[in-house]
Amino acid sequence: MFVTVLFALLFYVATAIFLVGLGMRIARYARTPAPLKIPTTPAPTTRGGVVVRMGTEVLLFNSLFKANKWIWLFGFMFHVALALVLLRHLRYFLDPVPTWVVLIQPFGMYAAFAMVIGLAGLWARRVFVERIRYISSPSDHLMLALLLGIALTGLGMTYLWHTDISAVKLFFTGLMRFELNPLPTQPLLLLHLFLVASLMVIFPFSKLLHAPGVFFSPTRNQVDNPREKRHVANVKWMIAVEKPAASADQ
Amino acid sequence: MANFETPELQETVEIPALKKGVMSHSRPFVSKEQFQAPLGFPGELADDWKDVAIAKLGELLKTNRALQVFMDSCVKCGACTDKCHYFLGTSDPRNMPVARQDLLRGVYRRYYTLPGKYFPKLVGATDLTEEVMDQWYSYFHQCSECRRCSVYCPYGIDTAEITMATRDIMNAVGKGQKYSNEIIGKVFKIGNNLGLPQPALEDTLLGLEEDVKDETGIDVRFPLDEKGAEVLVVTPSADFFAEPHIDGLIGYAKVFHAAGISWTLSSHASEAANFGLFIGSNENMKKIAMRIREAALDLGVKRIIFGECGHAWRVAYSYLNTLAGPFDFLDPRYPVPQHICEFTHDLIQRGVITLDKSRNDHRRVTFHDSCNVARASRMGDMPGGQFVIPREVIKAACNHFYDMAPETIGEATFCCGGGGGLLTDDLMELRVKGALPRMSALKQVVEEHEVTHMAAICAICKSQFSKVLPYYGFQMDQIISVHQLVSDAIVLDAQQ
Ligand code: HEM
Ligand code: SF4
Ligand code: SF4
Repeated sequence: MFVTVLFALLFYVATAIFLVGLGMRIARYARTPAPLKIPTTPAPTTRGGVVVRMGTEVLLFNSLFKANKWIWLFGFMFHVALALVLLRHLRYFLDPVPTWVVLIQPFGMYAAFAMVIGLAGLWARRVFVERIRYISSPSDHLMLALLLGIALTGLGMTYLWHTDISAVKLFFTGLMRFELNPLPTQPLLLLHLFLVASLMVIFPFSKLLHAPGVFFSPTRNQVDNPREKRHVANVKWMIAVEKPAASADQ
Repeated sequence: MANFETPELQETVEIPALKKGVMSHSRPFVSKEQFQAPLGFPGELADDWKDVAIAKLGELLKTNRALQVFMDSCVKCGACTDKCHYFLGTSDPRNMPVARQDLLRGVYRRYYTLPGKYFPKLVGATDLTEEVMDQWYSYFHQCSECRRCSVYCPYGIDTAEITMATRDIMNAVGKGQKYSNEIIGKVFKIGNNLGLPQPALEDTLLGLEEDVKDETGIDVRFPLDEKGAEVLVVTPSADFFAEPHIDGLIGYAKVFHAAGISWTLSSHASEAANFGLFIGSNENMKKIAMRIREAALDLGVKRIIFGECGHAWRVAYSYLNTLAGPFDFLDPRYPVPQHICEFTHDLIQRGVITLDKSRNDHRRVTFHDSCNVARASRMGDMPGGQFVIPREVIKAACNHFYDMAPETIGEATFCCGGGGGLLTDDLMELRVKGALPRMSALKQVVEEHEVTHMAAICAICKSQFSKVLPYYGFQMDQIISVHQLVSDAIVLDAQQ
């Protein structure tokens, strides 16, 4: 019971920090003006074009592909796998489990391996490629360790030390209704859950902000149409000198 | 005078092994009070400079989304690490774009993020100290703001934005760069970067009219401050007397003459360059840009056309409408502003002017895409028109054109090594080393296609190349203006 209460609190707190922290960050990005037109050109000249550009960045890591095939390979592998694994986890939170979640289960199983390979590849580069080692701080290594820890403990439960999945599901669906159901006390499960909660807490304060950040990056999300449409923003320097300019018109 | 070694030219771009700190000595002359004051900056570091710097950073984070997002988003993936010409040419790891950014990011994290406040070591956060400021001064003056790194970053993180922000912070505490700030002062006082006053400008232009008359027998005009002209031409002041820039200016004049379109230069806006961009000062950039609006209104022109200048075209194309618009008093049938290459290209397309390519048969030409044109602007109405249109103009003017290797042109183009406010003699070592990737690519086409000339549409590129070409065993006059090719090929009335 002690463990159940502890983990229930842990997940409430972690979820709150994750949602509020991320929400505040996103609000900040949205509120901050982009005073000038700075898309990296050649850039799309229409909104629709920008959606396509952003799509290729988010779904295919287009710029990264141009830059470096190895980083792209490992990074892409890791992220696609992560997405599949996250979707697969929906079955622990949704009742009844939607059909499409059932359908991706087999892919999800392999995805965990791809995730480990991707992370290991990225970490190997971080350690062995001199340039990347130079730009890494301890937090960059720890982040990979954390994700690898989550993936490996997860894999451990799938293949070696099984845990009572239906009890876990009852625990989480209970949390969503503010009810407490007992959580199995299997050590590997507790470690897995602890690492996931840590990731949620760290998310809004770390480089994981690249996930929302990419959508707000002016070099990627601006339309290249400065001559056709006057771009204005509410910043002091733009407004302040505006007055003499207007009087020059008279 | 060189107390450094010119790097060896390479077959393809090679990624060097890291040599830590080898460029930490490179720094431009610091500005003095007299050059700071006209721009509204303090003359020297005050006692509370750290607080001022940190507050300025906070202000920029609130008023520039790019800076805020870029500070947070970098995952240290390393994709940009081998993309900067200054890193490739110097081997100093601080010249890797992400490492350069981290000089500011460390301070950002320390003062503006929770982990940086409580666990600075863990996340690479650093206190702002005099040493850090020295590193800023050194390495943020080893970035030409060319945006090559932003092409490859998965989030489009543009180190140029971070360089501009840091230079703005340094100016706010009184640590400005002499070269850029002195020049901006001259623009405010006299009207152009070179400090060429109106009478001298008039003389120069009259001299050019005589030269062209002597050479062609035709009265090609170089009008100054002529009210009621159709087009205001704004061009970098280097076009008025530097080589090979001036041959470009002669080219523009011949094009206007052949097309029969009236035009004028302005002594009030006798400069296309806008170094406000380089120092990241929006206030100054706006003030400089306003001169163009004022000149256009004063002269009553219908169109504005910019001469060959890279960063000026960025400010013109991307910012002019924002900074000095709206331009609803100009002829709505033409984009505001237009690039001289767009103008010439259109005239060629419509058969208004005629070029005789064979007159350039003694030249075998390649084209250097200037970074600000390539990655921060456009020409025509297609994305990528900035690559197509200048090449079309060149190909219409000469028979022998060969592009350099694809990974060194277009959006992947390498900077000349002298952009972004670094075109000063106190940074010669940096400029020579930074030119390595471009020089290597040039060597390739010289060997494969016997290329004799490299054409460019940027005043800074042209000046930089005339200076560094000899270091790599080329001749300084192998760099030419695109409109010099036009000038030599264009068929004028009397010759028909
Ligand atoms: C919109 C969603 C996302 C996009 C477009 C995205 C994109 C990228 C890209 C392009 C990279 C660089 C390549 C690489 O090193 O893998 C990267 C790195 C990284 N991403 Fe994401 N990502 C997203 C969401 C996430 C999420 C949700 C997480 C974790 C929970 C995550 C964790 C990481 C980590 C840890 C790295 C650094 C890997 C390293 O250390 O080399 N990403 N991301
Ligand atoms: S903007 Fe250009 S000069 Fe500056 S870091 Fe990036 S690649 Fe290097
Ligand atoms: S490519 Fe972008 S995200 Fe990757 S290290 Fe460079 S700046 Fe950071």
